[in-house]
Amino acid sequence: MKTVSTLLSDDWHERYRRISSLNIRSSIYDVTHRCNLRCKGCFFFSSNEHKAAHEETGIGKWEYFIDSELKRGVNLAILIGGEPTLCLDRVEAFYRRVPTFCATNGLIKVPRDRFPDMMVGISLWGDAEAEKTLRGKDTFAISSKNYEGDPHAYYLYTITPKQIGKIEPVIKKIRDVGLKVHMQLLSNDENVDGFFWSPEELNDIRMEMDDMLDKYPDTVISSRYYHQIITTGKMMGRSFGWAECPSVTDPLDSREPRPKRLINFIRWASDLKTMHRCCTSETRDCATCKDGAAHMSWVMVNKRLHMDSARDLRNWIEVYEMFAKLYRFIPW
Amino acid sequence: MSDEIILRIAQMMIDELKLEDVTAETFDPDIDLIDEVGIDSMDLATIALIIRDEYGIRIDEDDYPKLTTIRLISRYIEEKLKTAQENN
Repeated sequence: MKTVSTLLSDDWHERYRRISSLNIRSSIYDVTHRCNLRCKGCFFFSSNEHKAAHEETGIGKWEYFIDSELKRGVNLAILIGGEPTLCLDRVEAFYRRVPTFCATNGLIKVPRDRFPDMMVGISLWGDAEAEKTLRGKDTFAISSKNYEGDPHAYYLYTITPKQIGKIEPVIKKIRDVGLKVHMQLLSNDENVDGFFWSPEELNDIRMEMDDMLDKYPDTVISSRYYHQIITTGKMMGRSFGWAECPSVTDPLDSREPRPKRLINFIRWASDLKTMHRCCTSETRDCATCKDGAAHMSWVMVNKRLHMDSARDLRNWIEVYEMFAKLYRFIPW
Repeated sequence: MSDEIILRIAQMMIDELKLEDVTAETFDPDIDLIDEVGIDSMDLATIALIIRDEYGIRIDEDDYPKLTTIRLISRYIEEKLKTAQENN
């Protein structure tokens, strides 16, 4: 029988032990359906999820709800929106109770006196030109001033096909403001012309992402295996899609056979009652979904698939470590 | 009873996790299931369901971190069965 110690050297085994004890139980929360931007390609608005429920505004209701989530075993709250920083009292209700990650466009600074070590992921959709095209403004100019040098913030860089050959200057400017970056790919939910991925483009961007990881290892939080998975949609001979996705809301998941999945995962709407189908857009074609967290989780829940060889298990460890760093379970 | 349960749990693990090159008899009951065999909490949840069906006992999810070897799972089952008998 292949065991972890027969596959790994001592140093890799130690890395394995560090993450295997984490037992991360995440869920995702729409903090609000309002946003201070309207980006072309944002799944939240393109699939009308902002109209799915009436937003709960009573902070006491939020506190009661979060306490019940803790009883359900959640130990990582991933806050998305709309724009969570429009409702800092709700963000604080999470932060005071549970390890919390807050996604933001970075236009409003999370006050560090209230949230000293909350991990913040700042969305970025490319260089200034791409940001203006897709988001109406160059958000980096503002967000980089708000978060320069912040040890608990990083950029979530959504790469589009238009960015091929152009990502290094973006990585450099993130490095120059003392922040880190994680790369993911646009899924083009709104069918914006010219923003679909071709197989050749996916291959090109994979090589470019690998190159950035090699050149800027202190800035880029990623792994080559993640690049492979996200650009090919393949893992150990399997194809990503509805039958495989680990990030489907548990009570809505009637798939048979049941795939390996995130235990007790739910994505909640901001009425605190409605559940969304999955971690991303309900209208998205799962076969072409490029959601970074879903692909990372896909790897993470399939540990034993990666116990066929030392290389496979090391790949699994690197993806798990990447996830754990991005959500502050282990240091950078 | 103990050896019987150990062998049965080992067989569950082999069947559910599709483990190769091991039999219920050669499966070390003291090997760490997480650190060495590489099982995760979802695997444990699956095994817990089979145990519930076969032995009629429920493994509390909060107890998963304690159940790191087949021997420990076996003891857990025995204690639960004993408690159930005493209550009847």
